[in-house]
Amino acid sequence: MNWWKRLFLKRKLDYQLERELTFHLEQHVADLITQGHTPAEARGLARLELGGPQQVKEQCRDARGTRWLEDFVQDVRYALRTLRKRPGFTAMALATLALGTGATTVMFTVIHGVLLKPFAYREPARLLRLQEQTNWNTALGNLWGFTYPNYLDCKSAVPALDMAVWTIKRGTATTASGLAEYVDGVEASNNLLAVLGVNIGQGRAFLVEDDGPAATPVALISHRLWQRRFGASPTALGSEIVFDGKSYRVIGVLPAGFRLADSEFDVWTPIGQDTSPRLKSREIHGFRVWARLRPDATLAQASSELSIVGRRLEQQYPKSNKGRTFIASQLRPIVGDTQSTLWLLLSAVGLVLLIACANIASLLLARAVSNEREFSVRVALGAGRGRLARQCLTESAVLAVAGGALGILLAALGIRPFTTFWPGGLPRAQEVGIDWRVLVFALGISIASGILFGLAPALRAPASDLEQSLRAGGRTVAGSARRLHRSFVVAEIAIAMVLLTAAGVMGRTMLRLSSLDPGVDIHNVLTARTALSPATLQNPDRTRAAWQDLLDRARRIPGVRAIAAIDTVPMREGSNEINYSSSAATPREEQKTLVLANSATPDYLKVAGIPLRHGRFITESDRRGTQSVAVIDEVMAQQAFPGEDPIGKQIWIGIVPDPVTVVGVVGHVRQWGLASDDQATVRAQLYYPFAQVPDALVRRWSELMSIIVRTNVDPRTLIEPLRQAMRGGAGDQVLYEIGTLEEFATASLARQRFLLLLFGVFAALALLLACVGIYGVLAYLTNQRTPEIGLRMALGATATTVLGMIMRESLAMILTGVAAGSLAAFVASRTLAHLVDGVRASEPATLVLMILLLILAAMLASFLPARRASRIDPMKALRQE
Amino acid sequence: MPTKSDLPQGTLDLLILKVVALGPVHGYAIAQRLQQVSKHVVQVPQGSLYPALHRLENRGLLTADWKETESGRDAKFYRLTRKGKAQLEAEAASWQRLVNAIGLILTMSEGGAE
Repeated sequence: MNWWKRLFLKRKLDYQLERELTFHLEQHVADLITQGHTPAEARGLARLELGGPQQVKEQCRDARGTRWLEDFVQDVRYALRTLRKRPGFTAMALATLALGTGATTVMFTVIHGVLLKPFAYREPARLLRLQEQTNWNTALGNLWGFTYPNYLDCKSAVPALDMAVWTIKRGTATTASGLAEYVDGVEASNNLLAVLGVNIGQGRAFLVEDDGPAATPVALISHRLWQRRFGASPTALGSEIVFDGKSYRVIGVLPAGFRLADSEFDVWTPIGQDTSPRLKSREIHGFRVWARLRPDATLAQASSELSIVGRRLEQQYPKSNKGRTFIASQLRPIVGDTQSTLWLLLSAVGLVLLIACANIASLLLARAVSNEREFSVRVALGAGRGRLARQCLTESAVLAVAGGALGILLAALGIRPFTTFWPGGLPRAQEVGIDWRVLVFALGISIASGILFGLAPALRAPASDLEQSLRAGGRTVAGSARRLHRSFVVAEIAIAMVLLTAAGVMGRTMLRLSSLDPGVDIHNVLTARTALSPATLQNPDRTRAAWQDLLDRARRIPGVRAIAAIDTVPMREGSNEINYSSSAATPREEQKTLVLANSATPDYLKVAGIPLRHGRFITESDRRGTQSVAVIDEVMAQQAFPGEDPIGKQIWIGIVPDPVTVVGVVGHVRQWGLASDDQATVRAQLYYPFAQVPDALVRRWSELMSIIVRTNVDPRTLIEPLRQAMRGGAGDQVLYEIGTLEEFATASLARQRFLLLLFGVFAALALLLACVGIYGVLAYLTNQRTPEIGLRMALGATATTVLGMIMRESLAMILTGVAAGSLAAFVASRTLAHLVDGVRASEPATLVLMILLLILAAMLASFLPARRASRIDPMKALRQE
Repeated sequence: MPTKSDLPQGTLDLLILKVVALGPVHGYAIAQRLQQVSKHVVQVPQGSLYPALHRLENRGLLTADWKETESGRDAKFYRLTRKGKAQLEAEAASWQRLVNAIGLILTMSEGGAE
């Protein structure tokens, strides 16, 4: 019989046991009577020999092995009964736990979806990311994207891998229906979907035949583009789409929701059809190579094959491939600083949960101590001490699981809003959801916290001296219990201190960062990336003319004060870092100095409101054929020409072949955002005239340029007029990524603001919980000490002395907590400074402020119980004893 | 109050298995038989007999049915299972080895242990 069968047959088994023992006794009595005893004697003897029938029965029940479960069911019933008897305590504990586990579960759900889940491709563990690695470093490290020829060489020489390549290509897409729009597209090798193990949604995927320069131009479109532009009609297949000036026939639709890395690309074209020179260059990196390990092949095998190719190419093409090899690593989502934000938040939430546990533990402990007499009576009546401890633990577990269930409910409701409010959009947000792993985690932390807060009362209850507690009648509190209570308060204060400091440091950081000067005047400035009509891009002169025309037309719109073109907008994502040197001798690649280079039109300085320090800015007279000029910022002036006047000095940059002459110095712009610029590795800035960009680069540069407009009116109101004015003759010029400088400045602090908000909420919660905990513990302790206080007052202590005594004791606890928390708080602010841009490691003023706040709040919480204690009527108190 | 058995630890199970091996038998009869066979040397406390029986039953060494006794009353009759039989043989053999070994030591002549 299984134990569970025995459990369900409990009643039947008990009945049979009863009959078996009765039979034994009756047989024995009968035998004894035949041996000559009187019936009464016989019954007595038989009973004596068998022993107490209840004990025998108990032992037989124990032998069934279901005892623990029966006890458990009994304990759960008991726990539910006692919890129901105290609805106030139960509601508070459940609410605290639900908040704690709920918040922790939300954080875990996000971490699980964003960081831990692999890509949603077939067998993601066998997918690899390939990179080039050099034996020398640039400012950006030693890992590089592939060049296309390197990819082709590796693909043919590494049998362990099935390799595919892709690269992002953005451009204007026009279909028969509707206006042109700027979309993100991808050029991919024909096998990319197959390597990922993804099936096409509609139509067909690329074939090998599609992937060559002479093939018929074909394209795949995303599911959302198919819905948006074709109304999800099957006639989309076979129709034409013009992408980046070239016409393609749509042959397939990608599955709904399919993402490459973390993006949904709208137009896919075969990379082999791209005839541009960048596919032939061994110098142009940035092609992404993903691969699947073939069956039976291992990563080690693939790596060694890759390094063999690397060595061969090094000899074959020393100019481009010297010191360059290829490495493979597990294909993992790249989520940037989201990772550290998430771990920070999970730790913060974990601390809140810990405080909640300490709170509930001290409440339960208070109850366990008041119940001491009941427990002592039960021990005296034969209950095992382990059994009582288990009962206490069961009660906490019931509480914990109920709280955890509520927490999961809260998490399920809270997860969507949380991911929506993530600053700058949470990467992989679509992967975030509650699944069985999250449920296991939530259950796990609920039970863990149940054990955490149930352990102290459980160990405490039966451990005390039986006789003592029976005699004392549960009136006095033994020293050990008091110490435990105090240690809970100390722990709560210490943890609250950590969270308060973190919130304080973030608040201080936000204040400081918001008051920083971005270096530009951010008010009333609108920017937008601009895609010129693909037709105008064929010829450099037409491109330049098109820009001139575009700026002229925009300038005539009412409300526009000035307009310029610039390639990198301050505080917006994207940068253009190039190497420069201040002497003619070109230094080795790795020794070159990086600068943020901007190609600009003359009005840029006026539009952005950047102060001119020396010399002049770019003017209309700086054009092709005149002297190549550049304007540098203060940081670069300091870096390249320390202690000298930079005006008239020459600089060599890669873009313009001749040396450029410095004609002016302007103020520094916090290009990387308010929070990050001070820590950025590349801060030097340089401006050169867009008009002097060489013919060969004009097309690429034109794709990168944005317009930037200073307005007299609310900049957002000018979006539509600008769009209309700039659409162009063919209606295929579009503005995209439209935003104001104010928005970019705000966004550059979004992470800090988000952390401040959450830390603030957590710290407030922690402070509240800690205060409730202190109040509870003190109220309980002083209540237990009523007779003692009564005695003191009878002997002459005044209300003030009693108040002072309690407050002093409470202050001692609080200060111990603050001392313990200070070290942890210090470590926490160091960690924040390390992980979050703009945070300073040491903020003594903030620390002091938070300590004062904490002490004040904690003293307030202890005042009520202290005052109550001071108003004890000594007569009543002594009569209680 | 559980009475301490004078039996060496674990031997009660062995004795019960042996008695039950002789044929289906109820608890009271097992107690009687143990007392008779051991000529009242082994005092089986009846209080530990039933827990032992139930334990052996749960371990699958014994199985039980309710049957009528000769006197026409219903009683729980224990039988040995296949597993119980194997267990009995194994334990009996190991007991025998232990007894032999102890016997050898106790019958050693003086100075025999060189």
